[in-house]
Amino acid sequence: MDYATLLQVLDSTVRLATPLLLACLAGLFSERAGIVDIGLEGKMLASAFLSAAIAAVTGSVWLGLLAGIAASMIMSGIHGLASITFRGNQLISGVAINFLASGITVLIAQDWFSQGGRTPSLMGDGRFESITLPFAEALRGVPIIGPLYYELISGHSILVYVAFLMVPLTWWILFRTRFGLRLRAVGEAPEAVDTAGVSVVGLRFAAIAICGLLTGLAGAYLATGLQAGFVREMTAGRGYIALAALIFAKWRPWYALYACLLFGLLQAVALRYQNIDLGGFIIPVQFMDALPYILTVVILAGFVGKAIPPRAGGEPYVKER
Amino acid sequence: MDKMPAWADAVLVPLISILLAAILSALVILAIGENPVEAFKLMVDGALMRSSGWGYTLYYTTNFIFTGLCVAVAFHAKMFNIGGEGQAMIGGLGVALACLFIPFPHWSIALVVATLAAAAFGAGWAFIPAWLQAKRGSHIVITTIMFNFIAAAVLNYVLVNLLRPVGAMEPATGRFPEATHLPTFQDLFATAENPLFRGSPANVTFFLAVAACVAFWYLIWRTKLGYEIRAFGHSESAARYAGISPVRITVVAMLISGGLAGMMALNTTMGEAERLVLNATEGAGFIGIAVALMGRSHPVGVFLAALLFGFLYQGGAELALWTNIPRELITVIQALVILFTGALDNMVRLPLEKLFLATRRRSS
Repeated sequence: MDYATLLQVLDSTVRLATPLLLACLAGLFSERAGIVDIGLEGKMLASAFLSAAIAAVTGSVWLGLLAGIAASMIMSGIHGLASITFRGNQLISGVAINFLASGITVLIAQDWFSQGGRTPSLMGDGRFESITLPFAEALRGVPIIGPLYYELISGHSILVYVAFLMVPLTWWILFRTRFGLRLRAVGEAPEAVDTAGVSVVGLRFAAIAICGLLTGLAGAYLATGLQAGFVREMTAGRGYIALAALIFAKWRPWYALYACLLFGLLQAVALRYQNIDLGGFIIPVQFMDALPYILTVVILAGFVGKAIPPRAGGEPYVKER
Repeated sequence: MDKMPAWADAVLVPLISILLAAILSALVILAIGENPVEAFKLMVDGALMRSSGWGYTLYYTTNFIFTGLCVAVAFHAKMFNIGGEGQAMIGGLGVALACLFIPFPHWSIALVVATLAAAAFGAGWAFIPAWLQAKRGSHIVITTIMFNFIAAAVLNYVLVNLLRPVGAMEPATGRFPEATHLPTFQDLFATAENPLFRGSPANVTFFLAVAACVAFWYLIWRTKLGYEIRAFGHSESAARYAGISPVRITVVAMLISGGLAGMMALNTTMGEAERLVLNATEGAGFIGIAVALMGRSHPVGVFLAALLFGFLYQGGAELALWTNIPRELITVIQALVILFTGALDNMVRLPLEKLFLATRRRSS
């Protein structure tokens, strides 16, 4: 593999890791506040559809982005209603949200556009264009670093940079602000937060609102950045890979970045090479597809370091009387 | 403690939930510019007014009984098995291997052996998540989700690289031998003057599914193991105190669950397609979640809920054929049923409980 190919693979790693990262951080906020969210997939899908649909109708990708965020916020709201207000089972609610999004997106897409459940292809301002960072053209000729800067770091759409900036921001919010401290506390010991006079319900709703915002960005990036338009089931299990990355990262922001980059790399390699030949021993492409899930199971099993979830995760909080 | 009567809990709550789901679905149909009443009529016509419609409805019902029981048995042990889909895929692999490589003299022997293979493969696929949950404490929901994807990859690999006939493009096995073909309802019930169930895929597996419902009831409410599973589901600490091994119950309940999911593949793979295709399960493993929730994890409830979803599936296909409403409407209904009977259960239950309390206070 030469340097140019390596850069191309890494470049596509960054693109593929972006939706994973956004969804993973979304799950991080939610689960740190004690709301288990297996509905990431559905929220992303809802956002991918509505962002592409609105961008196609209005021709403005920014309006599309707003609509996408609204769509996944609504899904988050349903999840909150079920799991916080009515203290239902969070896992079942997440499953319901995944199916709801999977069905309703195609239903509305068919009704609006009559193209077999897809949106029209987005063009021009309907998509997020790639941004060429300053000096990228000028430095392109510099050996090693020039192409690295031009190919890998420059030339992504704005949501990619937003996603990567979200990592330190998430760390800062969670570990350096009062809100973050309370958010983490509500996921570990909600009764303590309640005793301190802080609203458990309010904090948890805030967490899932952030979760909705971030999955909204993730879905919008899928439909308007990575690809040009919505097709049915376009999230293709990314919500679950993000969930896997979250466990892999042991619910920490920086580890989430590394986990998502790793899983993005696996996707990029599987996309580029079908079967990998290691001197006569062939790794089938299906193994690469399954690797994120296998790795997560291994991590969950505690064979390579133990992944301990937030203590109050999945438990509805019932106020003591 | 004041409580609702048992019948209200078992019947009224699910019925109101379904009603809510139906109202919302009707609104969705209205919103996309179709008439809900017409749509419902079309579904009833297509699914229930012809014997071939029933043939399809019962075919889907068979799938959903198996996957519904799969989720239900795990629910009794207070586990959530989302892995029915993957377990059914691997169960299909067991069916295919049995049918392709064992020369059976008659379909009845083939059915017995294939059932064992399907159950063993499905249970085997459920064993690893179960063991990891019991021994290492890794959450069964997450591991079974992961195992769904791993199962899809395994099946893809096996079909593309190992079982695909030479020269074939499609990732599927060759056709199973003639002797393994199961009798369909058409073979069983149609006569020359009365051609019932023409061309529909319902087959003898349906009776197997009904038998599974009875066996399920017997297991859960009439055996020691069933008692242990329920006790474990109600209170792990109490069960542990009573000398019930959590590891054993977790593993055994999941093995039964996976086995039931695997047996679903008999219907799709051996009964209908007569070969193993890539997407044989078609999401039935997930519909089992809705079926088990709606059926309150009781075999009678599961049977009725499976019948309802069988009707919805066949009716939905009819809708997609004759109107502008795509099949995904059924996915939406399924989501609403899961939402109302599962996650928003308290929303329906709490006002009902209040109502019952109020009427009781007035009468006393």
